[in-house]
Amino acid sequence: MSIEFIIAVLVTVVGAATPILIAALGELVVEKSGVLNLGVEGMMLVGAVTGFAVTYSTGNPWLGMFAAMLAAMAVSMIFAFLTLTLNANQVATGLALTIFGIGLSALVGEGFVGKTIDIFGSVFPPFLSEDPVWRLVFGYSPVVYFSLIMVVAIAWFLQHTRAGLILRAVGENDHSAHSIGYSVIGVRYAAVAFGGGMAGIGGAFFSMVLIPLWTEQITAGRGWIALALVVFSGWRPYRLLAGAYLFGGVMTLELHAKASGFSIIPPEIWAAMPYLATIFVLALISIRRSGHSETPACLGRPFHPNS
Amino acid sequence: MTKLTRRNFVKAAGAAATLPLVGRPALGGEPLKAAFMYVGPVGDFGWSWAHDHARQLMEAEMGGAVVTSFVESVPEGPDAERVLRELAQQGNKLIFATSFGYMNQAVKVSQMYPDVYFEHATGFQRTENLATYNARFYQGRSVLGTIAGHMSKSGIGGYIASFPIPEVVMGINAFTLAAQKVNPDFKTRVIWVNSWFDPAKEADATRAMIDQGVDVITQHTDSPAPLQVAEERGVIGFGQAADMTSFAPNAHMTAIADDWAPYYVSRAKAAIDGTWKSGDTWWGLKEGAVGITPYNPAMPASVVAAAEAVRKGIIDGTYDPFAGPINDQSGTQRVPAGGTQDDGQLLTMDWYVEGVQS
Repeated sequence: MSIEFIIAVLVTVVGAATPILIAALGELVVEKSGVLNLGVEGMMLVGAVTGFAVTYSTGNPWLGMFAAMLAAMAVSMIFAFLTLTLNANQVATGLALTIFGIGLSALVGEGFVGKTIDIFGSVFPPFLSEDPVWRLVFGYSPVVYFSLIMVVAIAWFLQHTRAGLILRAVGENDHSAHSIGYSVIGVRYAAVAFGGGMAGIGGAFFSMVLIPLWTEQITAGRGWIALALVVFSGWRPYRLLAGAYLFGGVMTLELHAKASGFSIIPPEIWAAMPYLATIFVLALISIRRSGHSETPACLGRPFHPNS
Repeated sequence: MTKLTRRNFVKAAGAAATLPLVGRPALGGEPLKAAFMYVGPVGDFGWSWAHDHARQLMEAEMGGAVVTSFVESVPEGPDAERVLRELAQQGNKLIFATSFGYMNQAVKVSQMYPDVYFEHATGFQRTENLATYNARFYQGRSVLGTIAGHMSKSGIGGYIASFPIPEVVMGINAFTLAAQKVNPDFKTRVIWVNSWFDPAKEADATRAMIDQGVDVITQHTDSPAPLQVAEERGVIGFGQAADMTSFAPNAHMTAIADDWAPYYVSRAKAAIDGTWKSGDTWWGLKEGAVGITPYNPAMPASVVAAAEAVRKGIIDGTYDPFAGPINDQSGTQRVPAGGTQDDGQLLTMDWYVEGVQS
């Protein structure tokens, strides 16, 4: 097995892991603030169609990515208004947001089916980005580096900044945070907007980087995997990074085992692998955890300032 | 036509339920109401798109005699039964269920509504008022296999496949057998993505194939993603269900085109005339239900000639995609010299020919 081949596999793993990682990082911040937004899949689709449409129309992928973020942020604000201002049920509203996102993206994307754009690829010079070995470091879309920076930034934000502390306080004990003068609703609005923007970028990764085209439901359920990863990670950014790459790795290994043409393991076992791995890791975590829950205490609970 | 999605379908059904019960519309005078149920979005540019395209052609050709509606993205399984029942309750007299996985639900609902005509694509179970229809895509795959055999340098083809059902298995075998007629050492590697439509996974599977030395990609899934990866990596591929040249101008050699319109027109006419009968229809290249789209101009003339020879041979009956002798993966002879596979054997095919690595 040559080094070039191993690098080719690793590059594919990064591609599979990145969109899930970005969307899950956004959702992690949302859930840390005590809000459960199940609309990740819908927001990703809105981002995917917007990113594609804007890049197709303007030829500028940076603008496309930015528009994807804004569009998904805008639909996340519908969710925020319903659940935070009107106190609607978060689970039901989140599911509705997903269904809405599927429909809206299909409607907006109708005129873009069958079109194609240039891949939003590496911005490094070709002698680095296309070198069979160095492409492991330099061969990615800027969005991949962004996702890694965001892991560090969010971990630092949550643990070492005052704003991060306030966010966690709002998620762990909303009434205490309120009583010492923090705007619970305001913090949650900001968190939901951030989660929406990240989901939009994650979605646009599909239509602009992985496969430069628009088809309905292009994300094919990855939003749900992102949601599961947040729980899987125990709401910790670095564990989330590991989880996303583990998931991407298992999915890619499965494909390579089949593509190599001599797989001893039957295809059904490979198809079950990501889920087996999930159960295995969850079991490990629950063994290690000594009785205390990592779930934000106010997750999914509406906040009434006067109750 | 009314555009029905699963979302506003529920609303429409709810509104319809509040109407007082009206008698069954008589067929004379009133236009025939026909409904279609698709497994994917109509914008998939593949399987469901082809069915929907045929629906529009049928409606246009029949003038005002038929009104159609459709429901898209209906999952295979229990949900299909609910959708079929509601379509029947809305007064549709001719209902097309266009995916293999709707089989059990179509059988069940056809028995509940004996005066509605049901049609199930690619299935094999029929009732008094449930007919089945299919297209001989494997004939088109013989043409693709011939091209692959000529064009592949590595002698390894990659096959992005959905589910191991006979429909897919016979396509893999026909592709491999045709390629082996050109290059006896040709191998086909199969990746099951366990979905009809998952662009990201189809693309990753294609990348994995190419990293492993595959230089011809073909697919039995519905998105253009594998072709785009083929274009990006400089290998060749084929369109699925429709011409996909726009996604991959260099990689796209040709496509197997589905044309369901002639069948839909004939069934709508039969339903109006009262001559509709349950049965199994299996049309191919000859009847025009399967077509080969224009070849890529970059394809060498000798390869075009070889592909055309196979296409014409299938039409006039001189080329049999499953002519023996054929060995299976273990080397056991399945079809003796001079033998072939009849339709019944094709529809239950569950073994792979020698050279398929699945």
